[in-house]
Amino acid sequence: MKYIFPLLSILMFLLQSCELTTPAAPQENELLDGPLEGLSMEQQTQFLRGDIAFNDDIFTVEKGLGPIFVSNSCGSCHAGDGKGNPFITFTRFGQNDTTGNHFLEQGGPQLQHKAIPGYQPERIPSGASSSDLLAPAVTGLGFLDAVSDADLIALSDPDDVDGDGISGRPHWNNIRDYVAPRPNTITKNGKYLSRFGKKGAAYDLLDQTANAYNQDMGITSLFEPLDPYSGLEEDPEVNTQTVNDVVTYLKMLKAPLPRNQDDTQVKAGKLIFSQIQCAACHTPTLQTGHSPIEALANQAFHPYTDLLLHDMGPELDDGYTEGYALTAEWKTPPLWGLGLSADAQGGSYFLLHDGRARSIEEAILMHGGEAEQAKQGYVELAETEKQQLLKFLESL
Amino acid sequence: MKIFTSISPRPIRVVSGLLFLFASASIQAQGLDTLIQRVSADTSTSMLNMDAVYNRPFLTVEKMPVALGGYLEANTLYQSEAGVSEGLSFQARRLTIFMSASINKRIKFLSEMEFEDGTKEIGIEFAALDVSFHPALNFRGGIIMNPIGAFNQNHDGPKWEFVERPDVAVNLLPATWSNAGFGVYGKTYKGDWILGYEAYLTNGFNNNIIDNEASKTFLPAAKENERRFEESSNGQPLLTGKVSIKNRKIGEIGLSYMGGVYNKFEEDGLTLDEKRRVDVVAIDWNTTMQKTGTYIVGELVYTWVDVPSTYTQQFGSKQKGVFIDVVQPILKKSIFDWDNATLNLAARFDYVDWNLGTFKETNADIGDVLWAITPAISFRPSSQTVFRLNYRYQWQKDLLNNAPAKSASWLFGFSSYF
Ligand code: HEC
Ligand code: HEC
Repeated sequence: MKYIFPLLSILMFLLQSCELTTPAAPQENELLDGPLEGLSMEQQTQFLRGDIAFNDDIFTVEKGLGPIFVSNSCGSCHAGDGKGNPFITFTRFGQNDTTGNHFLEQGGPQLQHKAIPGYQPERIPSGASSSDLLAPAVTGLGFLDAVSDADLIALSDPDDVDGDGISGRPHWNNIRDYVAPRPNTITKNGKYLSRFGKKGAAYDLLDQTANAYNQDMGITSLFEPLDPYSGLEEDPEVNTQTVNDVVTYLKMLKAPLPRNQDDTQVKAGKLIFSQIQCAACHTPTLQTGHSPIEALANQAFHPYTDLLLHDMGPELDDGYTEGYALTAEWKTPPLWGLGLSADAQGGSYFLLHDGRARSIEEAILMHGGEAEQAKQGYVELAETEKQQLLKFLESL
Repeated sequence: MKIFTSISPRPIRVVSGLLFLFASASIQAQGLDTLIQRVSADTSTSMLNMDAVYNRPFLTVEKMPVALGGYLEANTLYQSEAGVSEGLSFQARRLTIFMSASINKRIKFLSEMEFEDGTKEIGIEFAALDVSFHPALNFRGGIIMNPIGAFNQNHDGPKWEFVERPDVAVNLLPATWSNAGFGVYGKTYKGDWILGYEAYLTNGFNNNIIDNEASKTFLPAAKENERRFEESSNGQPLLTGKVSIKNRKIGEIGLSYMGGVYNKFEEDGLTLDEKRRVDVVAIDWNTTMQKTGTYIVGELVYTWVDVPSTYTQQFGSKQKGVFIDVVQPILKKSIFDWDNATLNLAARFDYVDWNLGTFKETNADIGDVLWAITPAISFRPSSQTVFRLNYRYQWQKDLLNNAPAKSASWLFGFSSYF
């Protein structure tokens, strides 16, 4: 009998302490992933379905993986919805001007350099130029998707009329037949303003997703029915509902939240960012238009990109391109979430399109072409100012 | 041919129903307590880990050639990761039924059927005929438990102070890993020393170990292959062998090996792939310190898997894992009128690295590693029943070796032979 009371009190105490003895939640602004605020219950349900398909749905041979592929799930390349790691970059090849890809017959544009057991992966055919591409973070894409074409055109200055040496231009590209243009989309000579991908060659998130299933994992869908290995049409290996859930999931991922915004160093760095012209391409604030997802509609947000193509000079020119971009042209990547990138990349930074820059400073110093002047601006900063700018970039 | 693993509950019900009828008929004819005898587990020091299958309490009814036994375990779980909890759940983990029969003095049969998570997984974990020629030479055939490490053959819930099974046993090795096959085993004694060996050929692994939804080289994925009792996936037997040595005063140590070709490299005379091997080496140990009564048990496992170089680095070719349990009895007396009750403090350390090595591109360490500590309090009203309260804190790193995800769980449950 004498044990009952102590035993029961220990049990009661332990039950009470469940909450205390479990790991605490990290701060919301320390996390890249998570849903937008203000989603309806239906939207949260769909977010969950998309989350599972994106992060947990691992393709196996039985589920259609390959035979040739790059990886086996979206989440393996975009871990934690963040940027990728060079161990899983992929290579595209076979196009060096605006006349299209001349190596489509030999497996272009994407190199599937992995194969299921018993098969041989692709190799880059001789004579084809190529570019390695590191997975970008996928957070906040719904906001970028909801910016009107007109706004992006207003930011562009293809002929550098204002004479600042920076001439961002929209990527006018053809769209796939399954892609439905945005309401109020603007076309130019039958081409559409495309904004996703490192060369800005993909029009929207459906295009990007259906193509990722097909080219990154060898998974066919109603949208992309051709198997990359055989080149033949196959039954869908992922259903249309799942593709749509993933697209909606991508749209409903929250925008990365900045940290330390009241820090004086950070504030000073933010000023410098504009003064030395970084903001001319990495546009701090954009505006969404109409969106069927209410939580996204008509809002100002801070991605630090203009979604336009810029000539980045010979150092970043791999000799490979897509659509109507030139080989030296890259789409300005958003800088939001920059300071959290390393957390998803194995603890250290891999920046720029192929991860060649191992720190934020290295990334800046590799800017050239239209960004030459901005880079010089950085080089000429006093050491304390450089630190302020870097602090600001890390706070994003 | 019938697939053994997915037998429907029906035949079992019929069999156990018949047994019950048979037993109760003869019980009615005589007095109950004189008839049913509890044959408790042998706790003598001549037992090795390999004897675990027979070292269980059984119920026998006089003159009946069959002995029955089993165990049941259930628990509650409260788990939380990074501030997000799935709340409280109740789990009916396992119901296991053993049936053994002495067909002859030197021919025995034993089977173990397990229902996991309700009726989600129903399996025959063991069903073998043992024929003894000499203590040092016995034949065993049927569905056997491969003697790799210690836990696989010695997995009964009531024997452990922890609700969860060791990670190295179930998430690196595929415990309970049993297969159709046969082999030999034996023991010899000299003074305080006991030497035991086992060697079996069985069906084995298949491509699932490098092609699965765990997205890692994962030996337990081979258990998805329900046809492994019916036929080998590739016509290549899996060899499992173990030698154990025990000193009655010091403890037991075992060295085991399991290996073979795992993939389907040809079918109908057509070549599909090269032959690819899986090899596993394990060391296990257990000892009870005479002075303090402290019981220590554990196993250390290394695996090597031939993964095609053109496949993805997510699937590692080298793995390792370990677990160590330390159990300290702190009270051994009559508690709540239980004559021989024990209260134990215990702790487990778990560690598994599913992908040893570095990335080709960056030379950085590949992650995919887990470690956990589990302090526990267990109460045994009798040696065959255990109530256990566990707190498990776990760190798990993803493939890229990012900062570990931390999670904690509280588990409270019981496990008891019946
Ligand atoms: C093998 C690695 C890999 C896999 C698997 C993968 N991605 Fe990507 N992802 C990339 C790379 C690399 C890019 C940049 C490609 C480009 O510039 O066109 C990218 C770009 C994207 C983008 C464009 C982001 C932007 O800011 O423009 C989206 C959206 C995306 N991926 C979604 C997905 C989805 C959805 C899946 C699964 C169906 C997926 N990815 C699977 C590597 C991968
Ligand atoms: C002319 C337009 C332009 C200007 C000006 C410019 N950038 Fe960039 N920035 C880019 C483009 C385009 C890339 C991507 C290049 C690539 O991937 O190879 C980029 C990449 C980056 C990256 C790496 C981002 C990532 O996700 O990998 C950082 C950091 C960065 N810029 C910071 C700056 C800073 C700081 C300045 C001012 C000193 C600046 N940029 C000025 C266009 C510009």
